[in-house]
Amino acid sequence: MAAEPFDQHADIPGTTIFDGKQAMKGYALNKMCYSFNSAENRAEYLRDPEAYFVKYGLADDQKQACRDKNVLAMIAAGGNIYYLAKFAGIYKLSVQDVGAQQTGMTTEQFKEKLKRAGD
Amino acid sequence: MATIIGGLTSSHIPAVGNAIHNKLFDDPYWKPFFDGYPPIREWLDHHKPDVAINIYNDHGLGFFLDRMPTFAIGAAAEYRNEDEGWGIPKLDPFPGDPELSWHIIESMVADEFDITSCQELAVDHGFTVPMQLFWPGAPNNPAMPRTVPISANTVQHPIPTLKRALDFGKALRKALLSFPKDVKIVVMGTGGLSHQLDGQRAGFINKSFDQMCMEKIVTAPEELTHISRMELVEKAGAQGTEFLMWMMMRGALGDKVVPLEKNYHIPISNTGAGTMLLECAA
Ligand SMILES: [Fe+2]
Repeated sequence: MAAEPFDQHADIPGTTIFDGKQAMKGYALNKMCYSFNSAENRAEYLRDPEAYFVKYGLADDQKQACRDKNVLAMIAAGGNIYYLAKFAGIYKLSVQDVGAQQTGMTTEQFKEKLKRAGD
Repeated sequence: MATIIGGLTSSHIPAVGNAIHNKLFDDPYWKPFFDGYPPIREWLDHHKPDVAINIYNDHGLGFFLDRMPTFAIGAAAEYRNEDEGWGIPKLDPFPGDPELSWHIIESMVADEFDITSCQELAVDHGFTVPMQLFWPGAPNNPAMPRTVPISANTVQHPIPTLKRALDFGKALRKALLSFPKDVKIVVMGTGGLSHQLDGQRAGFINKSFDQMCMEKIVTAPEELTHISRMELVEKAGAQGTEFLMWMMMRGALGDKVVPLEKNYHIPISNTGAGTMLLECAA
């Protein structure tokens, strides 16, 4: 019997399946974000973000996505939302702010969209 | 011998922790959500479980991608929450039950579930928020049960199948019922229901799917095992895969359960929030 192909993912629009491929691509970025669990590390990052990117070995596209605080670009560069949430936390962005940014809405419009899901 | 008296499910959204901290119980946004809890607290008050098995999913506090256990079981005397990146208030440690932990670990591995045992485990909002909802002031509530945390991976694919989650719960039941002490146990499944935080589909919530899951988990959990993992991502949203914790909880309750309480509300933060109390049939 032939082995199942490695990639068995359904194509779900607007959704990136965070699998081994993404996890390998995003390792440095996610590791940096994981370090933000510590207040000390958050302060070190804020003192010099560029130096912090280098310390964690971020690729150029990961650095640029972070500079732009562009969540979709961070995901494309292998970011996982649970770790990116810690990055967003540094800038006091709520999950609604992050959702709004990714869907091209204002935060108020995004909250309205969430509310309508209950109708 | 140990008895399993019932199961509790709850969403575990971090914003709930803040709302509790700020006592927003009667705030119009929060009230329909918080109103689901007092009847369950009354039931807990009446039955006074000695142990709460807390099945949750870590979100990048206890585990990182360097080593990601598919199923992890706490085996510590106490469990502490820690800063998850936004400086949440530090709670006092939650009392563990290492003797029961190791009994579960022995039994599960004998049953061919290859789990990861954790003598240290920082617990995040997935664990603490439901504890605070069911036992206000947790862990400083006089009725606070001892706890065994169990975390399943929903951070990184491949995640467990729904069938594996339900089977895990069944093996957990076997482990718990063979514990040779008179303890009353509740099993918690935390997380969900539908939500997606990432991508252009962020903000996706699926009311009819959530309602179907809340119904089937009572009467026909086996049917839910036919849902594939990709179908779960599609229908429940990328983070709605946390429904696996509910399946694990359900497996531990045995065939027949009585749904005593049920609450569902959209939205809490970005999520369809579901709360249930399932009593094990005598
Ligand atoms: Fe969660």
